[in-house]
Amino acid sequence: MADLLRVENLAKRFGGIVATDDLVLNIPEGELHAVIGPNGAGKTTLIAQLSGQLTPDSGRIHFAGSDITAEPMYARSALGLARSFQITSLFLDLSVLDNVALAVQARAGHSFHFWHNARREPELRDPARTALARVGLSARADLPASALSHGEHRQLELAMALASRPRMLLLDEPMAGLGPEESARMVTMLRELKKELTILLVEHDMEAVFALADRITVLVYGRVIASGKPEDIRNNAQVRDAYLGEQEAVHA
Amino acid sequence: MTLFIEQCLNGLQFGLLLFLLAAGLTLVFGIMDLVNLAHGSLYMLGAYFAATFAAWTGSFVFGVVLALGATLMVGMVVEVVAMRRLYGRDHLDHVLGTFGLILFFDELVRLVWGPEGLTLPLPSWLNTSVPILPGVDYSAYKLSIIVVTLAVAAFLYVLVMRTRIGMLIRAGASNREMVGALGVNIKLLYTLVFGLGAALAGLAGLMQAPILTVQIGMGENILILAFVITVIGGIGSIRGALVAAIFVGFIDTLGRAFFPDLLRMVLSPAAASTAAPALSSMLIYLLMAVVLVVKPEGLFSASGK
Amino acid sequence: MSGWLSVRAIAIVALLLALVLLPVHVELGGSRFLLTLFTRIIILALAAVSLNLILGYGGMMSFGHAAYLGIGGYAVGILAHEGVFTGFIQWPVALAASALFALVIGALSLRTRGVYFIMITLAFAQMAYYVVAGLARYGGDDGLTIYKRSQFIAPIDLSNKVQFYYICLALLFGSMYLVRRIVNSRFGLAIQGARSNDTRMRAIGFPTYRYKLVCFVIAGTLCGLSGALIANHTDFVSPAMMYWTRSGDLIIMVVLGGMGSTFGPLVGAVALLVLEEVLSSITEYWQIILGPLLLLVVLFARGGIDGLLGKVRHG
Repeated sequence: MADLLRVENLAKRFGGIVATDDLVLNIPEGELHAVIGPNGAGKTTLIAQLSGQLTPDSGRIHFAGSDITAEPMYARSALGLARSFQITSLFLDLSVLDNVALAVQARAGHSFHFWHNARREPELRDPARTALARVGLSARADLPASALSHGEHRQLELAMALASRPRMLLLDEPMAGLGPEESARMVTMLRELKKELTILLVEHDMEAVFALADRITVLVYGRVIASGKPEDIRNNAQVRDAYLGEQEAVHA
Repeated sequence: MTLFIEQCLNGLQFGLLLFLLAAGLTLVFGIMDLVNLAHGSLYMLGAYFAATFAAWTGSFVFGVVLALGATLMVGMVVEVVAMRRLYGRDHLDHVLGTFGLILFFDELVRLVWGPEGLTLPLPSWLNTSVPILPGVDYSAYKLSIIVVTLAVAAFLYVLVMRTRIGMLIRAGASNREMVGALGVNIKLLYTLVFGLGAALAGLAGLMQAPILTVQIGMGENILILAFVITVIGGIGSIRGALVAAIFVGFIDTLGRAFFPDLLRMVLSPAAASTAAPALSSMLIYLLMAVVLVVKPEGLFSASGK
Repeated sequence: MSGWLSVRAIAIVALLLALVLLPVHVELGGSRFLLTLFTRIIILALAAVSLNLILGYGGMMSFGHAAYLGIGGYAVGILAHEGVFTGFIQWPVALAASALFALVIGALSLRTRGVYFIMITLAFAQMAYYVVAGLARYGGDDGLTIYKRSQFIAPIDLSNKVQFYYICLALLFGSMYLVRRIVNSRFGLAIQGARSNDTRMRAIGFPTYRYKLVCFVIAGTLCGLSGALIANHTDFVSPAMMYWTRSGDLIIMVVLGGMGSTFGPLVGAVALLVLEEVLSSITEYWQIILGPLLLLVVLFARGGIDGLLGKVRHG
């Protein structure tokens, strides 16, 4: 099976701190791969390097067969590698529909069109409306994005990711700050999404991770300490010592 | 050769003077995240105060000391009345609000002192030349500007790096909430920092006063140079401001003095004398452009902001 | 369109009508001075419209926009001085020179953001000011008198004041329409997205630097047109028309009228310049009132006049 994303010996340090340490990660097409680890394990740094926000010190990143290590953020996105943000990062002063339509527009070639009203172009608006319907935000389409609740912002994030028709989605803590009900809805939505997309999910909510993931990679101090199927990870002694035990202790 | 040494000293003197202005700007940027266009107005006020107080008291030194205190006071009043309300607003608000202050101060000065401008005569003990090298004399006053500004630079370094106030200043720059949580009166701190910046600008203005005429709008041209310095040096960095200011002072002064001659070697004399004034005024902006290409955040950027 | 009967809409329609009918009023015996004043207001409103494109829609806080007024103006002035009077050369040169300047300045300054952007655009505009002031052949500091306005074909005569007024007004309306088309196009949405959240725009696949640069150049070009008009209006160009305080005036117009709205820059230009006229008729020291007034607007009426009118409708 061909790997969609291949990460080879990735390394990144900030001063004396090693954020990513000789990291190897392969994600085949169609997999939902979760990355977990305690705080400061370098999960967000990893996502930032994959999306092109940070440049690694060494190592290579291959996506869909091409080396994207040196590609800027927008070029990776154009190849079909989309990310959502840990801190919700939307166009707050634009309407909900505009937010999603921009994601559609991003995939519709260059935007050097100066004359036609883009808010009346069906090829931008229709897919945007479809994506909003899929995450259940149709009724909110014409509100400014700033008027939505936190949970709805997450849904909007997802709609934008969907609308950009990526091959792979990098999700950075989509459940963060959600109530139990909203979390459950997010899990349902992600389960739908994974039928169509390859997903890399960084998440603290272990219940969600074990419910959704095909495979799990555990990071500690920027190193992979284990990688495998959920049941293997659950039974891995090293992981239990380093991380899961502590998590359960916190939850208890 | 004598001329060259003299122009180098002029460049250094001008650069250090610019540093006083840029240091105040960059402190206020770095700590309060405030763009203050009216910084040049404080420079102008310093010069007007000095000319006026020197005439009243009949003493250059008294005039200077009083003017320094007066600019400090004006700075703190402006902070309390206007600037304080602008913290946390977006930069466009800062630009517009302080632009309003410039209009106000320019007109106020015209109302109080008239449109003609003033002069600040030097006392005879400063109005001489001193030998600095065998056969090379240099203005005693300009030399004393160099000494005073170097002393101020040293004072700023000690203040920011070695004192409790300086620690608060540095902490405030990076973490406003933390300083507030430590129980420090952050409002007072900001008023003091703004007053300090104002006093530095005033000092620059009053020291420049005997060299140039004291006139309305004198702060505006030099403010732009201070901006260029801040961009080159990196916002929030006092050290960057110092290095960049000396750079700009040298390039501007030496450029105006020698660039026309250089140009004459390449172009015909007529063409050179037409092009020289325009081209030599571009030099520092070209320097800024180069820095922007190489390091968009400035040479000594204090933060990624 | 429920907004048609709002206070704002009525005010704007009234303003547009007044502008269209002003020459009629003057012909019927009104003050000639009004025609001169409003020609100036319309030309500066055109400059404000161009600034609104980058400032209001694009979030690019350029403090150097007056540079294009000077560049456009000097293109006309210098060509006239050299004996080229046809507008068919003068005006394209004015636009092209402004576009080129915007391209260079934009390419450099868009590498930075925030405060840096403000200071850099200000500094480069001031550089242009010093360069122009150093052009001894073209009057240097004292400026350059233009003895003949731009020549076009037969019926067009810029020295006819009424005709010139209507040409300026038509160009203003044309630019407002152009900007409106642009901001609602794909390009315009990309620009507004970049204003709202540049990082996110790049993350979803927009090379925002290119779009912002093109937008910056369009705005500069449009403002160059305004410069060519001013040169013809005053029959004179001088470095003063591109001094940095003029850039400040343009920003005030945009903010006062309400950023990112079609008619805002026009409303702001009328408000600011009429206010200046009124204040200066009251006192010689009118800026002592205008300055604090500006500060008050910033502190308490940030939405500008447009925002105030909007409030009337809702309240």
